[in-house]
Amino acid sequence: MSWIDIAAVADIPLRGARVVKTKLGCVAVFRTDEAEVYAVSDTCPHKGGPLSDGLVHDRKVTCPLHNWVFSLETGEAQGADEGRIETFAARVENGRVLLDGTALGRRTAA
Amino acid sequence: MKKLVVIGAGMASGRALEHLFETDPEAYEVTLFNAEARGNYNRIMLSPVLSGEKSYAEIVTHDEAWYRANKVTCRFGEHVVKIDRDRKVVVGEAGEVPYDKLIIATGSAPFIIPVEGRELPGVITYRDLDDTEAMIAAAGQPGANAVVIGGGLLGLEAAAGLRLRGMNVTVLHLMGHLMERQLDESAGYLLLKDLERRGIKVMTGASTKAILGKDKVDAVVLEDGTVLDADLVVMAVGIRPETRLATDAHLEVGRGVVVDAQMQTSDPDIHAVGECVEFDGALFGLVAPLYDQAKVLAKSLLGEVDAYAPKELSTKLKVTGCDLFSAGDFAEGPEREDIVLRDPSRGIYKRLVIEGDRLVGAVLYGDTADGSWYFGLIRDGTDIDDMRETLIFGPGFQGGASADPLSAVAALPPEAEICGCNGVCKGKITEAITGGAKDLTAVRATTKASASCGTCTGLVEQVLQVTLGGDFQMPGAQPICACCDLTHEDLRRLIKLKALKSQPAVWQELGWKTPNGCHVCRPALNFYLLADWPLEYQDDPMSRFVNERNHANIQKDGTFSVVPRMWGGLTNPNELRAIADAAEKYKVPTVKVTGGQRIDLLGVRKEDLPAIWTDLNSAGLVSGHAYSKGLRTVKTCVGTDHCRFGTQDSTGLGVKLEQILWGSWTPHKVKLGVSGCPRNCAESTCKDVGIICVDSGYQVSVAGAAGMELKETERLADVASEAEAIDLTVAFVQLYRENAKYLDRPYKWVAKVGLDWVKARVVDDLDERAALIERFEVSQSIYRKDPWAVPAREAGERSRYAPLADLTLEAAE
Repeated sequence: MSWIDIAAVADIPLRGARVVKTKLGCVAVFRTDEAEVYAVSDTCPHKGGPLSDGLVHDRKVTCPLHNWVFSLETGEAQGADEGRIETFAARVENGRVLLDGTALGRRTAA
Repeated sequence: MKKLVVIGAGMASGRALEHLFETDPEAYEVTLFNAEARGNYNRIMLSPVLSGEKSYAEIVTHDEAWYRANKVTCRFGEHVVKIDRDRKVVVGEAGEVPYDKLIIATGSAPFIIPVEGRELPGVITYRDLDDTEAMIAAAGQPGANAVVIGGGLLGLEAAAGLRLRGMNVTVLHLMGHLMERQLDESAGYLLLKDLERRGIKVMTGASTKAILGKDKVDAVVLEDGTVLDADLVVMAVGIRPETRLATDAHLEVGRGVVVDAQMQTSDPDIHAVGECVEFDGALFGLVAPLYDQAKVLAKSLLGEVDAYAPKELSTKLKVTGCDLFSAGDFAEGPEREDIVLRDPSRGIYKRLVIEGDRLVGAVLYGDTADGSWYFGLIRDGTDIDDMRETLIFGPGFQGGASADPLSAVAALPPEAEICGCNGVCKGKITEAITGGAKDLTAVRATTKASASCGTCTGLVEQVLQVTLGGDFQMPGAQPICACCDLTHEDLRRLIKLKALKSQPAVWQELGWKTPNGCHVCRPALNFYLLADWPLEYQDDPMSRFVNERNHANIQKDGTFSVVPRMWGGLTNPNELRAIADAAEKYKVPTVKVTGGQRIDLLGVRKEDLPAIWTDLNSAGLVSGHAYSKGLRTVKTCVGTDHCRFGTQDSTGLGVKLEQILWGSWTPHKVKLGVSGCPRNCAESTCKDVGIICVDSGYQVSVAGAAGMELKETERLADVASEAEAIDLTVAFVQLYRENAKYLDRPYKWVAKVGLDWVKARVVDDLDERAALIERFEVSQSIYRKDPWAVPAREAGERSRYAPLADLTLEAAE
């Protein structure tokens, strides 16, 4: 695991998300609480909706296109829908958002 | 055809006429007098009207179409002067009507306690719609005080309704505990606690000495010297039969008009029914016996034999959230024993009174689900010896069955009464269901079960569920979502009532079960808060759907569409050039003219949004809000500017309206149309607000639809000046903003509250109209601005549309 400093946590609105472009595709970084972030695939497995534009509630997000709800902790679709989004390690340290560079397919310079 | 005259359009006479027309529509030609200027409505539902849970339109039982279909001559708003028995005519204020048979259904008059000041304006009773409306009007002034005299059924329903409307309410009750005719002391105490929790002050053992005031009521003084401020005094101490006409006609009158078991008075051609009668020394105030009487009366009029026999009665209090049921006799006695169950933490109290092997009384508080089962045992005199030990736990525990409420309903015998108001037993309902009535509405239509006070609705639904199994869909007042137990209407009322001004305050105070809501309740709650507290509440973009958050419409491929505003559909070469330039610069794949008279740029990438807005802004173009639950477009025709048929400047009016209304958030989208003449080229008659210009002025109509449903607008009012047309439109939009359920278009909302209710506030009450416009302007001082300009100016806002980081680029090191 290699943590990369991505941005200040304040750059992500509370109960909002921002996108990080990676070689694996877009990853959405959600801020569910003051100092709590989750990183998951930005693409809804249903019709490809951008999850970073979804409505964030608790540790879940609702897809903006057709209201599928995903757990940001497990990536599992909630309720009657079936599907899963990929989850990536993410944490907040000293007000900075850190993502796992190894998992995101980018070796660190070190 | 014989002539039947009916005096009084109440619940009893309405029901009698129904039976009459059902059995033999050709038997009588009917004239119906009513002192109130309206026809039959469901009086027991006045409490929900008072509390705002229902509208008048929803409680009308017989509408014009019904009277017309049955050829009833209606003389509403006309008092009957006298009955001339010798000539067999009824003398009304507007003339005489001869009768072969006459029904006196004059109901009851409220009892006014003979204290000083009882005649003052502001002292009212609680009997009809006018009283209800007077109370609603009084509750309109903030911080007003109401004193309700009488802690019986009616008084408490009035108190609860007024409290929900925001008044400070004190209930004065002469006796030691509330509803002493129906409740024992313990249940009375729980009720008192519940009412106090709702902010209603209750004073028992309180005797009114005088009502004070000069031009209107100011205060109430009690015998012990206590003085209570009062802007409104509601007298609900009791009723007495209204017998004046019968007395004057020298019919036999005791406390009420005396009738025999065929509902016939001392004159064989005159019958009486309802609250005005006295039968076997008894008077009647609840609806169930009235309906039984109505049935017997209809038969008597048709020469059939039937006899009225009084039955045991049960009572429910129609105050939302206070579950209370009482039936039979629960006074203590030497031969009697009590079974009592208390669950203080859940506020439940149940008391059964047993005499020998029979159940004679039941009082249930907090959980009344088993009420009708107990009532059945009392009425039928069932031998309960075998189930004495488990009786208090209800029918679910008899015969070893499970505690599932459905199994309790399933266990009810066919003759068990489900609907007390209409005397409908379970068997009749199951019969209707197997006969094809598959939902609540159909069951109501065929059996009348739950069609009166509605408290048995849950039971009827359970019978449906038991009978239909998996085929039954539970409908009804659903909570907003799984996060809470409230309906949208409850939530809106409580936000205002409790002055809740932030989302966390709502979540905490109203018991949200999730940490911060979900995608269903958050957008609704965000709207309600910003509509009710425009200055105090900060709009939360994170509680908005993607389109409103990004000020653009998301398309199926994740790109967005951009629609600049064209005021009233007007544009110019400069704007068109800017749109063309933007379309080229941002490689917009599709440019389309919309139905709302403007141009849509489809397929813009999210990260380009702030830049395209800046470009459009610099040409003077602002957001068209084509993405919002808010004002969309005002469609116009060219009016007097160019058209040879135009009667007024429809384009100019459209532009003015759009400039006043733009930026405002509404429960759902709002579209307007202004047509310059009745040819209606702007298609105004299917809009949320549609104005048609005519020579004499402006026809303002509302509540049209041309989407999932198609509906013509209904006329709000005709006005002479453009300024007034604008005022009506703004007041209507504000009333809609303050009252409608989130995601109800105006036509749906108006269907719920009734156009008359809207007219009363927007058209008739000029003060209310002005207040609505003022509140709209207060809100617009915050929201009348271009959202496209904000993110373009603020770097932080603007960066939100771009990726946070790009890890695909190899680092430069």
